[in-house]
Amino acid sequence: MEGAKDASSREGHHCGGCHSEENGKFLNPTPMLNELESGPWPSFVSGFKELAERTKKPMLRGVLDQLEYSYNTKMGYWKGGLVTVDGYGAGIITRYSMIKDKFPEAAEFHTMRIQPAPGLHYNTAMMRELCDIWEKYGSGIITLHGQTGDIMLQGIEQDKVQQCFDELNQSGWDLGGAGAGMRTAVSCIGQGRCENACYDNLKLHLKVLKHFVGVLHRPEWNYKLKFKFSGCPNDCTNAIMRSDLAVIGTWRDAIQVDRDEVNAWVEKKGMDVLVNQVINLCPTKAISLKDGEMHIETRDCVRCMHCLNAMPKALSPGKERGISLLMGGKNTLKVGVNMGSLIIPFMKMEDDEDIEAFIEQIEEIIDWWEDAGLDHERIGETIERVGLKQFLDGVGIEADINMVTRPRDNPYFKAPY
Amino acid sequence: MNPLPGGRHYTQSEKNIMSSPEKKWKTIESGPHTYEEALHPVVRKNYGKWKYHEIPRPGVLMHVAESGDAIWTVRAGTPRQDTVDMVRVLCDIADKYADGYLRFTVRNNVEFLTPNSEHVEPMIQELESRGFPVGGTGMCVSSVAHTQGWLHCDIPATDASGVVKSMMDYVYQEFKDMQMPNKVRLSTSCCSINCGGQADIAIVVKHTRPPRINHDHLATICELPKAVARCPVAAIRPTVVNGKRSLMVDEAKCICCGACFGACPAMEINHPEHSKFAIWVGGKNSNARTKPSTMSIVAHNLPNNPPRWPEVTEVIGKILSAYKAGGRPWERVGEWINRIGWKRFFEETGLTFDDNMIDSYRHARTTFNQSAHVRF
Repeated sequence: MEGAKDASSREGHHCGGCHSEENGKFLNPTPMLNELESGPWPSFVSGFKELAERTKKPMLRGVLDQLEYSYNTKMGYWKGGLVTVDGYGAGIITRYSMIKDKFPEAAEFHTMRIQPAPGLHYNTAMMRELCDIWEKYGSGIITLHGQTGDIMLQGIEQDKVQQCFDELNQSGWDLGGAGAGMRTAVSCIGQGRCENACYDNLKLHLKVLKHFVGVLHRPEWNYKLKFKFSGCPNDCTNAIMRSDLAVIGTWRDAIQVDRDEVNAWVEKKGMDVLVNQVINLCPTKAISLKDGEMHIETRDCVRCMHCLNAMPKALSPGKERGISLLMGGKNTLKVGVNMGSLIIPFMKMEDDEDIEAFIEQIEEIIDWWEDAGLDHERIGETIERVGLKQFLDGVGIEADINMVTRPRDNPYFKAPY
Repeated sequence: MNPLPGGRHYTQSEKNIMSSPEKKWKTIESGPHTYEEALHPVVRKNYGKWKYHEIPRPGVLMHVAESGDAIWTVRAGTPRQDTVDMVRVLCDIADKYADGYLRFTVRNNVEFLTPNSEHVEPMIQELESRGFPVGGTGMCVSSVAHTQGWLHCDIPATDASGVVKSMMDYVYQEFKDMQMPNKVRLSTSCCSINCGGQADIAIVVKHTRPPRINHDHLATICELPKAVARCPVAAIRPTVVNGKRSLMVDEAKCICCGACFGACPAMEINHPEHSKFAIWVGGKNSNARTKPSTMSIVAHNLPNNPPRWPEVTEVIGKILSAYKAGGRPWERVGEWINRIGWKRFFEETGLTFDDNMIDSYRHARTTFNQSAHVRF
């Protein structure tokens, strides 16, 4: 490739002798990467180099060499393959170097995706154990966390994968998802700290992902399917755009107002701020002043969370809490970015029966998608291709005005009469 | 062992399986790790019964439960691309100040929760002295959602962690402060698939040439129908080159999205000079005030220039300066732009609107100004 040749000819300028001071005795010179060691933000390059100098693992040296080479040629050199563990068809991201003749120490650099606890909570005992097992078998490089929500243990050779996984599994860890099946999910901190969490998203995440654990480890669908569980419409897990199934906590009744705290807030911040930053920013003008007192018209409230965010002590979600389910989010590939759209406006999510009802509904949705979808088609794309009405008919969900921003503005439908 | 037909020898893991048919450990398909043992006792006691929170200073949250119990959170930035040594340092801090509990945020920050307010200050000191910036709360520039790049991905046009390091060095003080009109979420992605996601400001690779096809190898490493089906504009067709089955790309139709490269490594779209950067603004996931929105392109043709990507960070700086100066409280970047109008956005940031920024893909009409609303 012409570009690569030009770039790699710059290698000649790198000094072959000045390595000991920069990189200790174990590593080879990495002058481009070294430039990422300066500056105040913590440097991943420094972290890798310290790890390499301490452990003397050849794979770390090889990977840094190859990364340095990539920085020079501006190309990547990893290719996939089929490394797996017994009984699973996914979860190990295979990586072989395409230039292992140049960098034999980087020949294999597979990644193990590991499902963390919902909410990304750890205690130090489990974290240290994970680190010790990983250092025993792999490079010691660990990403906390991947975009879909996995712990990523990066850098292991094929012949160590099974043993490493067995030890991790014995400590309560399991592989994450990959390929055309269920993927690892993400939850916000939810009821583990947040006053706005409208349901136990950690528990729902755990139960749902346990239910689908088979198809997570042995993918068999048209394409991938991702869940994200946000406790409230702030959607801190970015569920609406980053998941096929966005579970967003909500409430049905009125926002709870603590009058004393509202008064305290106004005393502290002033009436100007109440008007300019709270009342004026309500998207549906649901908030007004009546005799100087803040009043929320519940029928006009769309639960956008702004006033709760602005007045956390004074306002809280209503009492009748549950979830909304949005579907169809996906990122840019092929058709462009899709946002999820509202499919189930409200579902109670208080006890195990509610969770079972939810899972049943999801199973029906997935069955429909398996029939109606094409290969490599995300569920949002399928719905767009066949039409939302066909989807609703297929899974037995009744049309609800909350599914659309407005009814259609063209008359071209086949009348059922 | 005798070699297999064709002369291939058994791999080590196949030998492992065959030589010990009774595996010692039977896999438990446990799914996500359990979480209850990872919750601080004060959190467990008040689970689901929180009342309100405050942000006493950047990087510190205080949550109060209905019971009156309070828990402090100290949040700090991490490289995301960590090592076991770094994680052990975080565990040491958690053991010392947070009763052995820690967690991570969706944007790769680390959090330590403690009911002891007197642990907050020493924890901040220790984190800072170890190189972890305390911040990332409230109206700040939080850390960058990003991916794998040259370190690990099989289809990257650039690196991820390096771009993040460069960006966060540049906006470091805004991570530690809370001086922005509202939170700013950043993301970076090393190809057009944009695994970093929608963000207030995003840096995304843009390919500018169709893929280069390796006709000698394509049929042996790719499923032809799969690659053909993958193209969203039906630009790929079967053909024969030098007597071998292969594929061709109708270059006039090709939109250089790179989807075929993922399906077929013999259709290489990455190029060290022709894969460039574009900057996008206005993405928002939250429902607060305005509905969630996708990002719009505001700059492109920026070079892929490791190890520091100065051209890209310069544009980020321009956007952040204009936003910080002009945004009203609670306005996210997209909301600020909607109020001042795109014309002023381009003026105040010094960026240039060009005809390539007019949508030409699906649903383009929805982005046209179907009104007489004009700004002069």
